[in-house]
Amino acid sequence: MRRILSILMENEPGSLSRIVGLFSQRAFNIESLTVAPTNDNSLSRMTITTSGDDKVLEQIVKQVNKLIDVIKIIDITDRQHIERELLLVKVNAMNDTTRTEVKRLTDIFRGNIVDIGKQVYTVQLTGNADKLNAFIDALQHETEIIESARSGCVGLARGDKALRI
Amino acid sequence: MTTELLTGAEMVVKSLSALKVKYIFGYPGGSVLDIYDAIFQQDEIEHILVRHEQAATHMADGYARATGKVGVVLATSGPGATNCVTGIATAYMDSIPMVVLAGQVASSLIGNDAFQETDIVGCTRPIIKHSFSCRSLADIPDALSKAFYLASTGRPGPVVVELPKDILIPQNKGPFNINTDITMRSYNPNIKGHPKQITKAAQAIASAKKLVIYSGGGIVLSDASALLTTLAETLKAPVTNTLMGLGGISGTHKQFVGMLGMHGSLEANKSMANADVILALGVRFDDRVTNNVEKFCPNATIIHVDIDPSSISKTINAHIPVVGLVKIVMQQLLDELKVINFVADEEALTQWWQKINEWRAVKSMSYEQDDNEKIKPQRVVESLYKITQGDAYLCSDVGQHQMFAAQHYPFAKPRQWINSGGAGTMGFGLPAAMGVKLAFPDKHVICITGDGSIQMNIQELSTCLQYKLPVVIVTLNNRSLGMVRQWQDMVYGGRHSSSYMESLPDFIKVAEAYGHIGIKIDHLSELDDKLAQAFAIKDRLVFVDIMVDEKEHVYPMQIRTGAIDEMWLKKGVKA
Repeated sequence: MRRILSILMENEPGSLSRIVGLFSQRAFNIESLTVAPTNDNSLSRMTITTSGDDKVLEQIVKQVNKLIDVIKIIDITDRQHIERELLLVKVNAMNDTTRTEVKRLTDIFRGNIVDIGKQVYTVQLTGNADKLNAFIDALQHETEIIESARSGCVGLARGDKALRI
Repeated sequence: MTTELLTGAEMVVKSLSALKVKYIFGYPGGSVLDIYDAIFQQDEIEHILVRHEQAATHMADGYARATGKVGVVLATSGPGATNCVTGIATAYMDSIPMVVLAGQVASSLIGNDAFQETDIVGCTRPIIKHSFSCRSLADIPDALSKAFYLASTGRPGPVVVELPKDILIPQNKGPFNINTDITMRSYNPNIKGHPKQITKAAQAIASAKKLVIYSGGGIVLSDASALLTTLAETLKAPVTNTLMGLGGISGTHKQFVGMLGMHGSLEANKSMANADVILALGVRFDDRVTNNVEKFCPNATIIHVDIDPSSISKTINAHIPVVGLVKIVMQQLLDELKVINFVADEEALTQWWQKINEWRAVKSMSYEQDDNEKIKPQRVVESLYKITQGDAYLCSDVGQHQMFAAQHYPFAKPRQWINSGGAGTMGFGLPAAMGVKLAFPDKHVICITGDGSIQMNIQELSTCLQYKLPVVIVTLNNRSLGMVRQWQDMVYGGRHSSSYMESLPDFIKVAEAYGHIGIKIDHLSELDDKLAQAFAIKDRLVFVDIMVDEKEHVYPMQIRTGAIDEMWLKKGVKA
C-alpha cells in the first residue's frame, strides 16, 4: 500500500544520504522523495512516498527514526491531509487544433501554461498524483509529450496537527 | 581568562583526555601525522601501534567489551580507514561502543581523487551508529564529545569521525572548549519502559505456566546481570542466553538451561518451543536463534524488551513490546510484580521443570572421547575451564571452536565471553584478546581460535611482543576450515571445496619467530599437563597449537528450515 511519510531532520551535510542509503540497504521502496530546508534553516523536511505491507512500514518508520539526524517521522496517509505534487510538462503544440486542445485541458485541470515556444507549450499543474496522472493521460491523447518533470509528493496534515519541534 | 590556542591535532588529543580515554589503537599515516605528533608530546593517553588497522578496531572492540568503556581507533585516510571497515561492521553488529578517528585529505582536495583519499564516511554509512565530518577546527571537540555520547548511550555502536588534514596542521590554531555534557534534540533514547506495557508484561508473566527467559547481549551491555539473576530467581523460570548474552546469568546457575539457537542446547530450544510466555530481554530474535520464523514458538506470548524499537517485531512479532533500557525495565517489572503480589505457581513450575529436566537428561552437548583417539575439541575447552577455574576472559575467533567454547565453558560473569557474534568476523579473536589483556593484565586472557581464523590477524603477534601482552593463544588445529567443512559434509555431499588449509605453517616456529613461546599438543595424554604449563607462564605469550579431531562436527545443530527445537543431536540422530 502507498504511504506518505513526513520526516523532520537536522539540515546537516550527509543527512539525505543516510536516508537514501537506509532505504537501499534494507531493500525498502522509494516511489518519490522530496527534501528542502524548512522556515527554520537548521531543519530539513522530507516527504517520502513508499509502499509495503504493515510490517515493512513499521520497520521503515522505526529505522528512519533510529537515524541520529532524524527528529520526527510521521505517516500522514491515514490522517486528514493535503498532498500536492508539481508537474511541468512540455508538449508539442505545432498547430491550432493542438494548441486549443492543450489549452482546454489545462483549464479543465486548473493548470497554467507557463512558457511557449515556436512549437511547444510548457504546462504547470499541481495536485495529487492521481490528478497529475489523469492529466498526462489526457494530454497523450491530444499531442506528443516532449518531456516532463515531477516534483514528487509533499504533504501536510490538515487542521491543528503539525510536524515541528 | 584567556583561552589557550591549540592546533586541531592538539584538540583531538585534549578532547580524548577530557573524555577520559586511556588507550588509542591505531596506525600512523600522512593525513594523521599531526595527531601522532600531538600524541608524542603528552603522556595521558597511550597509543598502541598495531600491525594492521583491522586489528586496531578489534583491539578497541575487545577493550570495550571487557571494560564497558568506549574503544578508540585512529587510522589514516584511504587504505588506513578502509582497513577499519570490517572492525566497524563487527562492532556495529554486536552494538559495541567505539569511536573511529579517520584521517582525510585536506578539505581542498576532497573529491579530487587525491592520494590516499577515500570517502570513509560514505563507505561506513550502513555500519555505523553515526558519523561526523569535521570541516573546521571548532568542529573537533564537539564532534568527539558527541561521538562518545552516541557510541555509549542508547543502543551502543561505532561512530566515525572524519578529520581532514588541513584542520590538524600546526599553522592553524583556535580556542579550545569542550562540552562533555551532551544533549541532542534529535536523539533521546527511551530508557524507562511505558508503565502500561510493564503492567501488561507483569500480568502475562504472573499468569504463565511455562515461562522462559530468553536474554541476550543487552544484559551484558547494560551491566544488568545481577538484576537478571534476581528476576530469574523471583520467577523461578528457566533462563537461556544467546551467544552474545552468555555470562548474563552464571553458566552454572541451576535455572540456566544453556545457550539457544543453531548450536544451542536441546533443553534451551525445547523450553522456547514449549513455552507459553517468552520474556525476551535485550535480544533481537536473530536468524541463528529462531531457525524457521514461520514455525517459531506458535503458542507463546512474547514480551520483548529492548532499547532499540527497530529490534522489536522486526523478525518475530512481539505481543507485548517494551521499549527501554533492559536494566531499568527489569527493575520496573520486579516492582510491578510486588504490586500485584506475585507468587510463583509452584504446581505449574514443578510440571514445567519436570519437562525441562527430561530434555536436559538427553545431554545434547555430550561427545565421545576415546583415550587412544585424536583429541576432541570439546575436551580442550573443558580443560581450559578447569585450569582457569572458570575465571578467564575467553576471546574467540569464528568457526567450530567458537561454538565449542560457547557450549563447554560455563561463564560465571558477563563480559568474560568475547566473540564476534553478529558479524562472525574471522581474525577477531587475537586482537580482541589483546585489548582485554591491556585492560586486565592480571587475568587469564585466552584467544581460542582455529588454524583458519588465527591466520587472519596473525601479524599482531608482533604487537603483543611490543606491548608485552601475554595472552594465551589456544588453536584448535583441525587442518581445515572446520565449520565450512561441517556444512560441506552435511549439506554439500561431502565435497570439501576450498575448506582445506593445505599449506599450514608451523605455528610453533611462527610464534617463536615473533619472540614468543610455542607449545604443540598432539595427544590427549599430554593435553592437561601442557595446558597447565602454558598457563603457568605469566610474562610471555604462549601459542598452544593443539591437533584436534578434524572429523568432529558441532552438535547439536538445528535442522535447516525446521522449528527452533528441531535438532540433530549427532550424525543422523534427530532429537
